[in-house]
Parts: sequence; structure tokens; C-alpha cells
Amino acid sequence: MGGALGKDLLGLEYLTAEQITLVLDTAVPFREISERQIKKVPTLRGMTIVNLFFEPSTRTRISFEFAEKRLSADTVNVASSGSSVSKGETLVDTARNLEAMKIDMVVIRHPASGAARFLAERIESKVINAGDGTHEHPTQGLLDLLTLRDRLGGLAGKRICIVGDVLHSRVARSNIFGLLTMGAEVAVCGPRSLLPNAIDEMGVTVFDRVEAAIEWADALNVLRLQLERMQAGYIPSQREYNRVFGVTRARLDRAPRDLLILHPGPMNRGVEIDSDVADGPHSVILQQVTNGVAVRMAALYLLAGGRPELAEAAKRGVA
Amino acid sequence: MARDLLLRGGTIVDPSQGIERIGDVLLRDGLVADCGGNIGSPDGAEIVDCTGLIVAPGFIDVHVHLREPGREDVETVATGAHSAAAGGFTAVCAMPNTKPVTDNQATVGFVKRQGETAGLARVYPYGAISVAQKGETLAELGEMVGAGAVAFSDDGKPVESAHLMRTALEYARAFNVPIAEHCEDMTLARGGSMNEGVMSARLGLKGIPAEAEEIYVIRDILLAKRTGGHIHLCHLSTKGSVELVRWGKERGVNVTAEVCSHHISLTEDAVDGYNTNAKMNPPLRTQADIDALQEGLKDGTIDLLVTDHAPHHYDEKEREFADAPNGIVGLETALGINCTYLLHRGVLSLSALVDAMSCKPAKVFHLPGGTLARGALGDVSVFDPARRWTVDAAKFKSKGRNTPYGGAEVTGQARITIVGGRVVHRAAD
Repeated sequence: MGGALGKDLLGLEYLTAEQITLVLDTAVPFREISERQIKKVPTLRGMTIVNLFFEPSTRTRISFEFAEKRLSADTVNVASSGSSVSKGETLVDTARNLEAMKIDMVVIRHPASGAARFLAERIESKVINAGDGTHEHPTQGLLDLLTLRDRLGGLAGKRICIVGDVLHSRVARSNIFGLLTMGAEVAVCGPRSLLPNAIDEMGVTVFDRVEAAIEWADALNVLRLQLERMQAGYIPSQREYNRVFGVTRARLDRAPRDLLILHPGPMNRGVEIDSDVADGPHSVILQQVTNGVAVRMAALYLLAGGRPELAEAAKRGVA
Repeated sequence: MARDLLLRGGTIVDPSQGIERIGDVLLRDGLVADCGGNIGSPDGAEIVDCTGLIVAPGFIDVHVHLREPGREDVETVATGAHSAAAGGFTAVCAMPNTKPVTDNQATVGFVKRQGETAGLARVYPYGAISVAQKGETLAELGEMVGAGAVAFSDDGKPVESAHLMRTALEYARAFNVPIAEHCEDMTLARGGSMNEGVMSARLGLKGIPAEAEEIYVIRDILLAKRTGGHIHLCHLSTKGSVELVRWGKERGVNVTAEVCSHHISLTEDAVDGYNTNAKMNPPLRTQADIDALQEGLKDGTIDLLVTDHAPHHYDEKEREFADAPNGIVGLETALGINCTYLLHRGVLSLSALVDAMSCKPAKVFHLPGGTLARGALGDVSVFDPARRWTVDAAKFKSKGRNTPYGGAEVTGQARITIVGGRVVHRAAD
């Protein structure tokens, strides 16, 4: 069935450059829909989508919900604070029960790496991964790519450095896979205790010091530092993290060129990123959020079998 | 009295006697009555044609989990022993991580009796090193030896306290039994669900570094060196472990080691796609580790092959990778895998393979068997190293279906398994 993307959207590792370009190109006309007074087209009318969130999420869930509603899909949100296991029902049973209600698509956020794929292999419905453990968060990766492409005028040959807790970051993995596929140069920077041991084998450059990363890069994607990492002993303190790895105005002022600043949110101001950077002229953090809705509309549309060349027509409300 | 059994015309491979020749084996009253050339046809003997097959002393797997008592839904001593027989094994050693833990003479006796009642492959119980495998108090090793325990292990869990491990090694000397260790530094490994490397980085799964195993390997070798006790290192999975065991053996330490069939055949790549049937502990490693483990088998650094047969319920494996339990079933695939990856690739000769699957396990664990010498137990594995077959988990005698080899074509199959002069398994076709 699936259209140009296949049945599911599980990760950027599994997409070709053509497929990624297709999603980004399709997102552009969809972005305009959100600019209108009446932000709705009938493209996915009659389609039922379940947003299945096993982890607390505000931004991603709302972004998906807007994307679905603006395409006129019928949506249901299922949220569970604990994992499926702690609820007593297995993930596969949850999914089969939903499917028995005749749905078309599942958007899943889950604390276990591989959960989206696990689900996709077991149900007929299309599955979009909205973040699986520390594995991938493909729509976040796509919105980052769209933002970078818009602002840098392309991706090939551009230098992007991901700063922070790469070890536990699904955003980092989706960025690494997607950017490398698109021909960008990718680096990571952070304490070695928060980088995968085999990171060098993933085709990225490693900077131990954020100053060196800033000197090298065209853009920084600054990751959120989770509080749990201190408790688990990966780093000594937030204070020291900011002193050594924080993206600060003083550090950026010494950069040889203006750097684009991305952050997947939610931010810890004063920890991984200083407020004057987050709110500064080169920050595209809110543009990312806007692009997030557009990219998710594109992904939903393409997975539903929408033809790319009709995206323009869909925008006009005739497809 | 049962009829005599004459195994006629096979190639006898018995490294314990240095035999590799075509000939006959005669079994009488549960024992080997004769082994060698053309024995003729003793009156009333049942004749089994073994032409074109290998006739070897019965295989012994010193590392299996039979789940009884406690998880009889997953495996019982009887189904496990059936699975063993179907895989060419005439004896297995059952790990003590049962529910309740096999840490006392009553439970040891129970497991042994269940094995005898089943009357298939022999079942030798392990006892736990520590009470309830908690790593705190030494269990009553002497009482358990009296009830039939042949070795001790807290397998599934490492013995965290170096003092307790030292004590166990010293104390067990009186009974001449090995202390078998599951080597894993939990402070390094905790939360990990696969090998730490580029695959774990890609999949976003917490990795278990090789050093988590190696730190315990060298600790235990040093403790064995200090105490003179016999340390047996379970399911080694890394290149570094092989080098450390070699270091210990060169210094005369009483250390022996085993490797699982899956660790000499599969790499971490099998995990890709979050395949829970490739999830085990220790995890599948890299090709460099496989090469080193095979080399270790070849030069004798690693003494023997095991399966770490670990059945799990279908539902338990049918879930998110990090939440799925460790382990795979192995008894019915081991011979095929070992022949395919070791024999046919020239790593081990036929006699070296039989040595690692039969003679060495008997010797290291002081078990009867492992030889076809006159007067020995009538335990024989008759197999066809050239027979190709496709692994079909649905046909397993084990209750477990959790194998990463489903659908794989392997070369080498158990044909007839004989325990105490009695045929307990004959291949269907």
C-alpha cells in the first residue's frame, strides 16, 4: 500500500535522500495552511488516527494533533504515564485492541527503543514513530532538516554539530542519520560520558570542546540535558555542564561566522543554552516548532498515500 | 534384562581412546561391552546400522536451564531432557536458578529424581553457590554434593563479593567440584541489553561492554590462583576473556572455560531490527570475538562447548527489546551449528569437536561418560555431520521456541541418541 515512504515512518536511518527531500518539499506547501485564517483542508477526511503516548509529551503530541486536525483526520489521544508493561497490558495487545476498532494510523511515543518498529511489524495500520526510547524521533529530525535547509540554503556540505547528551538522545540519532544521508558534514560535541562509545564509527566527527565545535560549524543543534543524567552519575553538575559545554553568547562571539542555533526543546535556560542565545538573532528555535507541524502534515499525507505532486492541490483544498 | 545393542559399521570417533576408525560398538547391561573392529553378531543383539554415521561418546551439555521447579510452563526437566536427547546429548547439567532456587539438598534431589523419572538424557543438577543466589551466604555445598549436585553456580547472576567467591573456591575443594561463574560486573552492565558497540549506538540500546565480563574473568582467575580452587568460567563471549584465560592456564591456574554455540556463530548484527530472539546474556559480540573464541577452542584455551539452553515463553519474548528476557534455546540446534561453523569451516576436526562436546565436559565436571572405553556408561551419540536440514522451531521437543536460527539451513544432525544402552531418540527421517 504505502506511498513513496512505504507503510511506516520509523526512522531516518531507513529513508533515502529522495524520500527525505520528498517530505521536506511536501512540507513547504503545507506550511502555508497554518498561516491561513481557516487552517484546515479536507485531505485526510474520514481517516482515523490514534496518538498513542506512553511517555509524557506536550510539544510533540500537540504538534501531531494540529497536523492531523488541519488535515481533517479524526483523532484520538491515548496517554499513559507508565509503560504498557506497568499497565499490565502488553504493547501488542494494546495495539491489536486499537486496530480492532478499525483505525488507519498510529502515532506512537514510547520509552523503549524499537517500540515503533515492533508495533509496525504487528499491525496493518500505518505507524509513525513519535520517539522510541533513545533510538529515533524521525519527525523531529525532519523538522530540523527543513529548518536547516531553509536557513542554510541546502544541506549538502553544510556543517552541523549536535551538542550535548547524544548517548540518550533520539533527536541526535535522527539528525545524524538524516543529515549524513543528505550529504551534510555532521559532528557531535559533549562530555564523552554522554557520547556513545562507538560514535566515531557512525560517520561523525567528535569535538571534545564546545569552542572547537563552534569554530567548525555552520549550525549547532543543542540538546536538552535531562536532570536524570546527573542522578545517574554521567556528569558532576548542571553548573559545571554550563561552564564547560554550555552554548553561551561569549563563546558564540568568538565564532568565525554566524551560527544557526537549533534546540528541540524544552530548553533548560542557563544549562545547555543561555537565554541570550536562545532568544538571539540566530536562534531558529520557534521556526523549528512551526516547521514541526508542516513536516508532520507532510508525513501523514504521504503515508496516507497522498501523491507528492498533489500536495499543492491539497493545499488549495481540492485534492 | 534389555537386549544387547550392536552399533554396526559407523565411524567411531572417541578422542578419549584416540580412536577414529570404522568399527562396531556393543552395549550390554547399560555399559560399553566392546568397542573397536568387527564385533560380529552376539546372540540376540539388536543391530543398529550406523554405516556412514559417526559413533561418538554421548554429548554432555554442562550449561542448561530446565526451569523446573517453578516455570514448568516454559520447560520441565522431562521436556528439557527430551530436547537434549533430540539434539544428541546424553547428559546435561541443570542450572540452579529455578523457583525456588536450587540451593539445598531437597531441591537438588528433586531435580535429579525428575531426570531419572523422565529416563531420557541424564540430568545432573547444579547447586547454587549462595543461599537464594543472593550473593550473601554460602549455601550448603557439601549437603548438595551428597544429594547429587555436580557443580555450583549462581548463573544468571555474578558472585559480586570477591570474598564469597574466594570462600566458595576454597570450600568446594573438599568435594572436588567446580565453581562455575557467570562473569559480569553489574555496575558496568546494568540496564544493558546488547553488546556495546556501533550497533547499540545505532539502535539506541544501552550496551554491555566486553570489560563487564573480562573484569570478572580476571578476578576469578586470580582468586583461583590464590586458593587452588577450580574456577569454571561460563559462556565466555569476548576476545579479551580468551586472552585472560590463556594467561591463567599458562600459569597453571585451575581454570576451565566454556563457550556457547551462538557465541561462535552469530554477531551483534543478529540483533538488528530489535530481534528479541538474539537477546542473551552475555550478548552476541563481534566477528573479532568470534574469531578469538574459535581460536581459543582450537588451541584448548576454551575447554568445551555448551548451549546455555534457556527457554522462555513466547509472550515474554514478544515485547519491547529492553524488556524481553535474555536467552535462547539451544539443545536441538547446537550440533548443527557446531558442525556448520566449526567442523565444516576447518576450525575443529571431528575428534576435536567430539572432545569439546563430550570428553572434556565429562573430564572437567568429573562426570561418568565422555568415553566408549570398555566398561564405560553406554551413552552414545550417533550423528551425521554431512546431513543438511532446516531449523524449524515448531518441531522442537523443548517447550521453548526462542531461537535466532529459525529457518536457517545447517549441516550436521543427531541421528540416534543412546543413554545407558537404550535408544532415547531416533531422527524421524
